[in-house]
Amino acid sequence: MNWLTRLIPSIGKSKETASKSKIPDGVWNNCPSCEAILYQPELEKAMFVCPKCGYHLRIGARKRISIFIDKDTFKEFGEEYTTKNPLKFKDLKSYDQRIKEAVNSTGENEALVTGMGKLNDLQVVVAAFEFRFMGGSMGGIVGTKFVEAVDFAIKENLPLICFSTSGGARMQESMISLMQMAKTSAALERLKKSSLPYFSVMIDPIFGGVSASLAMLGDINIAEPGALVGFAGRRVIEDTVRVELPDDFQKAEFLLEHGAIDMIVHRTELRATISDLISKLHKNQDNAVV
Amino acid sequence: MKNFYLDFEKPISDIVDKIEALKIASEDDPKLIPEIEKLKSKEKNLRKRIFSKLSIWQKVQIARHPQRPHTKDYIDLIFSNFVELHGDRQYADDAAIIGGIGDIDNKSFMIIGHEKGRETEEKVKRNFGMPHPEGYRKAKRLMLLAERFSLPIISFIDTAGAYPGIEGEERGQSEAIASNLALMSKLKTQILVFITGEGGSGGALGIGVGDHYSILEHATYSVASPEACSSIIWRTAEKAASAAEAMKVSAQELIKIGIVDEIISEPNGGAHRNYSKTARAIKSSILENIAKFKAIDMDKLLEMRYQKLLKIG
Repeated sequence: MNWLTRLIPSIGKSKETASKSKIPDGVWNNCPSCEAILYQPELEKAMFVCPKCGYHLRIGARKRISIFIDKDTFKEFGEEYTTKNPLKFKDLKSYDQRIKEAVNSTGENEALVTGMGKLNDLQVVVAAFEFRFMGGSMGGIVGTKFVEAVDFAIKENLPLICFSTSGGARMQESMISLMQMAKTSAALERLKKSSLPYFSVMIDPIFGGVSASLAMLGDINIAEPGALVGFAGRRVIEDTVRVELPDDFQKAEFLLEHGAIDMIVHRTELRATISDLISKLHKNQDNAVV
Repeated sequence: MKNFYLDFEKPISDIVDKIEALKIASEDDPKLIPEIEKLKSKEKNLRKRIFSKLSIWQKVQIARHPQRPHTKDYIDLIFSNFVELHGDRQYADDAAIIGGIGDIDNKSFMIIGHEKGRETEEKVKRNFGMPHPEGYRKAKRLMLLAERFSLPIISFIDTAGAYPGIEGEERGQSEAIASNLALMSKLKTQILVFITGEGGSGGALGIGVGDHYSILEHATYSVASPEACSSIIWRTAEKAASAAEAMKVSAQELIKIGIVDEIISEPNGGAHRNYSKTARAIKSSILENIAKFKAIDMDKLLEMRYQKLLKIG
């Protein structure tokens, strides 16, 4: 307790109860942008886009895949992979402990879920980052799972779609993490050689090592409205250049204006947009997947 | 140039000062000469002792030593007839990355490396070796040129990282780095990577994918600078030394986990005490490895380059 809460103990408590009352029974949610009160079943139907202001709420990797892929068609790859602590990294907590906590809180083994499924009846390979797992950071297992998804796409002649949302490289694996940038980029180069399309869907937020590798390398780069994507984070840039940055800096609209992405697509339109583009890209091919 | 000494190099500098003073005094009193010799050997041993047990944080400081040789120094000492090539043909010439063609024994090489600059004015011009997208795009242009004319690529890594600025983001810093990673993974020419100073993050890797990775004895390489890692993980910039230890940034640690293939020994007291000896060691690694990789069929070499990446993590 600090001096203020010691003097007026009700301050600390009232804050706690206030935040609890916001989401009674998990049926009601607040839009983080316009603060409208949203009814959970309605929100599910709207793919977690606020019906009032259009804000795209953050959703987990599995939810992401389930709203994108045809119902009950998803088959997961590499769910058995677990991360060790290759550098025996320890800061305030050990890396092992942090992994354990991430596994417990997310139910995932790592920050990337990969697999195959159908998109409007067309077989595709999908990968989705889980931001809640250590900020969606890319360590050795994330890189390996991504490469195996790419390999599967090449082997089975399938398009690849990756939903990226990541703070970047994972500090706790240092150089092993950094080299995943090269590893995933090299694998994508092989996919491109096979004339298979790679769709990179950019989800809020993507920075550092994931931005500067697999997320930027889409044949088609698509961002969700409002997604923040950049190499360096806003705070780092502000500290370096000592200038206040405009509000739209590194947002999807900024990326479109500066030529980094092909389009901004609303979450509810992603299925239609990507399946249409796949069929367009393949129409004149002999080994057409469509 | 007057020698600069880091804190832990101070005992060396104290003896060096004494030697200098005695040298002047010995002009009047030749009896002092044996004393000078004694001090010289003492200084040499002390240097050896200090540098044989540097902590990882001390290595970070050596890797950033203001007198550490830079890419330009290595180019001058290793290659003859260097011709610098400028510009990305799209926006600008980024002086934080230097590129061009130089010869060893009548064979030509494409050289690409970060250059931090030496005096204040040059440092500013070179943005302290922190590239913008146009630097990576110049490098890309030169790599493609190297491929067309079968020039092996020699890459020198020495940067705190790619520059985190407004314009860099506007011009696609991420894309510039990412597309270089993709390109280098399949470029049909031999690529040797030398980590000579500090290797920091994607800004280093953006010109650093290849067939063989060599690192100087006191150089470092990490996913982010120790200061950045400290601020991300510890939420304070004060823990940089702990971050450097935890990230295992030293050459000796990196070879254990298979990130680098070779450690190149530095002269007693570090590369900054003997430029030409350091350059000779790098040159012999270049010659040995180019001979080895030129003997390998190109398709096989590319497969080996890819498999090397797959093995990590």
